[in-house]
Amino acid sequence: MSDTVTFRVHRFKHGDAASHHDSFEFEPGPRSTVLDALTAIRRTQDPTLTLRHSCFHASCGTCGMKVNGQEVLACVTNVRELGTGEVTVDPLGNAPLVNDLVVDMGPFYARLNAVERPLVRESELVTGARTASGIPQPLRYEDCIECGICISACPIAATDPEYLGPAALAAADRVREEPRGGDVPFVLGLADAPHGAWRCHVAFECSEACPSNEAPASHIMQLRRSLIGRRWRALLAQPVGAGR
Amino acid sequence: MTDRTAPTGRTALPDATAPSRARRRGVAGWVDVRGRRLGGWAFILNRVTGLGVLFYLYLHLLVLSQLAIGPGAWDSLLKNWFLNPVFLVLDVVLLAGLLIHGLNGIRVSLVGFGLVVSRQKALLGAFGTIGAIVLLIGTLMFISHGG
Repeated sequence: MSDTVTFRVHRFKHGDAASHHDSFEFEPGPRSTVLDALTAIRRTQDPTLTLRHSCFHASCGTCGMKVNGQEVLACVTNVRELGTGEVTVDPLGNAPLVNDLVVDMGPFYARLNAVERPLVRESELVTGARTASGIPQPLRYEDCIECGICISACPIAATDPEYLGPAALAAADRVREEPRGGDVPFVLGLADAPHGAWRCHVAFECSEACPSNEAPASHIMQLRRSLIGRRWRALLAQPVGAGR
Repeated sequence: MTDRTAPTGRTALPDATAPSRARRRGVAGWVDVRGRRLGGWAFILNRVTGLGVLFYLYLHLLVLSQLAIGPGAWDSLLKNWFLNPVFLVLDVVLLAGLLIHGLNGIRVSLVGFGLVVSRQKALLGAFGTIGAIVLLIGTLMFISHGG
């Protein structure tokens, strides 16, 4: 294999009738990531290439995209390990396209906000941890880094624009597990709807693609068990003869 | 803007009726095999075999309607069509479709109700093995009866 890798990068600008792919040559080092390649291409070949990124270490969740058809974080995807002389880069699916590799995360964030998940996992705080002077007590955040990879990988989201999606349903399950003052009945009501937890068809693509081991599909199944129990309890709580 | 604040102060869900630029692939998203993993393949096969079995159901009813014509019509159909090697291959395809849809359906039902979630891949492997064995036995039976 030649040292040079051809990057076929998705391009779309506001006003374009359709998107296309542009090809760029990049010579990766042994530790070059796809994000390294894309930022180098933007720096040296095409400054109009638009992409989102921030932390470069799989923490911020902003560089989610599709590389050779699979959803990944570009910042931790090694170019050499892909093993191909041509790398195709596309934006995440099932989200409104804004520009080149950038999608509008607004609808995705709105779903996460709707289930009112707190960001700090209080059950795993080490309250007695000693910190250096001036350093605040470390916090344990939820695993989800809100990258949107799960909803891009989900086949159901391809046809159901109202589907809450894996991240929001996993967040709903976290509220169920650890309410932290949250309105659990309200959140379970959102999940127990036609476009909620029951819409999932057990492909587990979200869990496979998730870069932070949130395992959204497993959360959805746990949520379903809880919802089944909730329905049974509601049914048994009805007085005899009710509904006749 | 899709994000808005509901009267309750809660963040409302995005308005699904608003014009969408979401590039949803539609049904093509169900059967797009690019980048899919094992569970994704199981999902795709379940959809395809589901449609196939549905098609077969109507075909089966159409074939059975020959019985209304009389024994001669049915015997002729058996002799001239169903013992043909091409139909024997289609029988194997039908059996494969039924096994894939049936066994994966059991897996989806179990996992979908929150059972054996952590072992869902092993379940897929176990049902895959059972399906392959039954398909092999069925194929041998078709060959022995057709020959």
